[in-house]
Amino acid sequence: MNKPIRRVSIFCLVLILALMVRVNWVQGVQASAWANNKHNERTKYDRYATPRGNIIVGGQPVTKSDFVNGLRYKYKRAWIDGPVYAPVTGYSSQIFDATQLEKLEDPVLSGTDSRLFFRNTLDMLTGKPKQGGDVVTTIDPKVQKAGFEGLGNRKGAAVAIDPNTGAILALVSTPSYDPGTFAGGTDADSAAYNALKDDPNQPLLNRALRQTYPPGSTFKLVTAATAFETGKYKNPGDATETPETYILPGTSTPLVNDSPDEDCENATLTSALAISCNTVFGKLGAELGRDALRAQAEKFGFNNDKVDVPIRAAASYYPSGSSPDGTAMDAIGQHDTRATPLQMAMVAAAIANNGSLMQPYLVAQEGAPGHAISTHSEHQMSQAVSPATAQKLQQMMEAVVKDGTGRRANIPGVTVGGKTGTAQHGQDNAGKPFAWFVSYAKDSSGKQVAVAVVVEDGAAQSSEISGGSLAAPIAKSMMQAALGK
Amino acid sequence: MSTFDVSGGRTPAAGRRRATGRGSTAETVPNRRNTELLMLLFAVAVPVFGYANVGLAMDGTLPANILAYGLGLGVLAGVAHLAVRRFAPYADPLLLPLATLLNGLGLVMIWRLDKAGKLLSNNFPATTNQLMWSGLGIALFIGVMWLLKDHRILQRYTYISMVVALVLLAAPAFFPSRKEDFGAKIWIRFGSFSIQPGEFAKIILTIFFAGFLMVKKDALALASRKFMGLYLPRGRDLGPIVVVWLLSIMILVFETDLGTSFLFFGLFVVMLYVATERTSWIVFGLLMSFGGAALVATSEPHVKTRINAWLDPMAAFAPNHPKDSSEQIGQTLMSLGSGGTVGTGLGQGRSWLIQFAAKSDFILGSFGEELGLTGLMAIFLVYGLVVQRGLRTALAARDPFGKLLAVGLSSAFALQVFVVAGGVTGLIPLTGMTMPFLAQGGSSVVANWALIAVLMKISDTARRPAAEPTAEPAPAIPEPAGPDRFGPPGYGAPGQSRGASS
Repeated sequence: MNKPIRRVSIFCLVLILALMVRVNWVQGVQASAWANNKHNERTKYDRYATPRGNIIVGGQPVTKSDFVNGLRYKYKRAWIDGPVYAPVTGYSSQIFDATQLEKLEDPVLSGTDSRLFFRNTLDMLTGKPKQGGDVVTTIDPKVQKAGFEGLGNRKGAAVAIDPNTGAILALVSTPSYDPGTFAGGTDADSAAYNALKDDPNQPLLNRALRQTYPPGSTFKLVTAATAFETGKYKNPGDATETPETYILPGTSTPLVNDSPDEDCENATLTSALAISCNTVFGKLGAELGRDALRAQAEKFGFNNDKVDVPIRAAASYYPSGSSPDGTAMDAIGQHDTRATPLQMAMVAAAIANNGSLMQPYLVAQEGAPGHAISTHSEHQMSQAVSPATAQKLQQMMEAVVKDGTGRRANIPGVTVGGKTGTAQHGQDNAGKPFAWFVSYAKDSSGKQVAVAVVVEDGAAQSSEISGGSLAAPIAKSMMQAALGK
Repeated sequence: MSTFDVSGGRTPAAGRRRATGRGSTAETVPNRRNTELLMLLFAVAVPVFGYANVGLAMDGTLPANILAYGLGLGVLAGVAHLAVRRFAPYADPLLLPLATLLNGLGLVMIWRLDKAGKLLSNNFPATTNQLMWSGLGIALFIGVMWLLKDHRILQRYTYISMVVALVLLAAPAFFPSRKEDFGAKIWIRFGSFSIQPGEFAKIILTIFFAGFLMVKKDALALASRKFMGLYLPRGRDLGPIVVVWLLSIMILVFETDLGTSFLFFGLFVVMLYVATERTSWIVFGLLMSFGGAALVATSEPHVKTRINAWLDPMAAFAPNHPKDSSEQIGQTLMSLGSGGTVGTGLGQGRSWLIQFAAKSDFILGSFGEELGLTGLMAIFLVYGLVVQRGLRTALAARDPFGKLLAVGLSSAFALQVFVVAGGVTGLIPLTGMTMPFLAQGGSSVVANWALIAVLMKISDTARRPAAEPTAEPAPAIPEPAGPDRFGPPGYGAPGQSRGASS
């Protein structure tokens, strides 16, 4: 009976072999899928198993890891000036997962990124305790704080970009929250998180990146850019053919200016921008047409749902199917046009940088200073307008600040260009308008900054003043902080 | 009588020894006890290193009682080794070290999971108990070595074995199952004390099958008609297989235990095939097991639940997960995946996430996470070696009863490893059995030590030089009539079954 015994041996060997193939499949081929499965709680525990890497702002960490030695979690995340930097760092909670940089850079911060393998191994051999990698941001703490303090108790957002590089210098959203209040896993943490989540003012919302607003009159910059790029107008000083009362095409509705005493009839582009004539830009937009406007808006970054800084910004929107009267309204940043504060800062930055829009970025470097595992390389996102057009637009924006609606942003000794906006919104425009200010500043040494500020529920009445009076001073203090003036 | 080398692959030498006559044989056959001792040193050292590893990883210091642990395991292994030297000097040298290694590793992992403390729900320290059971298992091992003079004695108890095995198998059906057993009724409980009779029934039933088949194999093998290349058994010869099949189905229905049922039926089919050398039994066996499985799977809700859990292990994590679904398999797969190729290292994984039965049925998940794919492959190799040494013993055994017993015990072991590990890793539906030696559970450890003891006893008889009187087959053993295609023609006593000769 040896022959069947040999066959049984082979059969038993096949059984064992089947097990081996199976574990190779699970632990080899499928390993990372199982390891990163969303139900695998290990990722959560890994995040706090060792001191997390820090998020660095202006050379100083704005985060730390507290050793709490809990049953499941050894460390707990803590933040320095949490509310100021929350739109940058996001949160990292033991029970509510993580967001923004804390989430996106988690492999680096947790130290599980494969690029840290060499360092981790070296640390293990030299007996150094395991620690996550740092993430160095582009944020300038002075600009960030200027924006945060400027917005104060008001709801809104502010973004500052270095037009030369695309580096984001400030990312402010108010009301903010302190991520430290729910970093742990206790009932108090849950209560704090739920209170924030249910707060009607949405403190957890990152308004600078994730909220779109009607851009209002600040969008006239894009309309003016289209006019130059398409060749409809050659110079800022060209007079437009604008009637005293402009009736929206195909309707009997007049498009009104903010105040009837504004001198918009046949105004030049410069003065129309300076006093923000709806009639001039509405008519201009209708004449340029929806496709030309959309093409130009997309060059500035509209309709792009993959603007990752690396936190993904909500896509700003310029509609494609508007009727001519709708296009007239789109052209002045109403109707269906929507933009994030980041988007409008990008418009200002592209204009300031002679038409070249640099990819905005928030993470300068992964890994601690001196031990970088990756550094950001600046690159152009698009050539939004020609340098000639950009210079014409600069000329017009500077006029806005010099003697237009943006006088409050004027900084002595610095070239400042800006554009105010007061965006209507809500059913029948019943909501309190959003006050916008979009600007750039350059000093004599070539240092530049582009800023966009939006203040929600900006003014009691629908007045062009609100953009200039509420948002412009905040932008001014941020530009001053950035240029050191 | 001649001697046979269990190690195999040495046909010319073995043949030459046979040819040179028996005078010098006793001196030329190494008994391999020193090999066993050396291997045992490794088998004790590896778990002790593992133990130290857990302590260093979890507390930063060597465990306080590491010396006691090492000595304890060493003494147990050493006593077993001395017993083998005394009572079974020619036994297979690998089986004892392999079993010791598995048992030691199991203890390390159970201790490591004890240390998970509150992270594991219902985490009662189990290491001391397991150590006690291991001691008891080794005591039984020594008892078998000492008391069982020759494995052929077991043949006398063929029908008593049948009765005992039936009682053991039937008993759990009369005891209530607990909620946390997930419907499987495979335990006999007296208060907090419980035994899993299936583990013992595995051995006793093998004794019955071996004894029964040895008597009946001629009838089963020869009285058949050829049909489409298969030898079909006569209707009345189908009796035994139908009875065992019905018994398996009954286990499945009344004790809702897929694993035990599959194990016993598979065991019987394998032994039937070996006894009769008729492939048709395998065909019948497969048909019957698929038929039975299909029948029960469609009617028995518990089995259906297990099959659904196998098809979609992550279903239990969904917001509206099906009733009775369990996260275990999904958790184990995530555990294995997180371990990856080399694992997290002992004490550094989070296999306590498996929660229920992490120390027993699902202990492989912990090994997979902390020792990685590498560790699991090594563990499967060790199991594979145990099985192959057992089957090697079957080849070497000189009597048909010994052959059948060794084949039965080895393939039962292999089937159990496959059914448990396959279930835990999601290869096949999960069943309610435990990994031999590794998992927490007294019955399993004790029964498997007995299994190893019987196998070693058979191998001792097989390799013992012929001068020893016990090597002579008892005259009462019926002679096999089937053709033995591997024995050298015209050699030895007529009809005497050959041992391993190739």
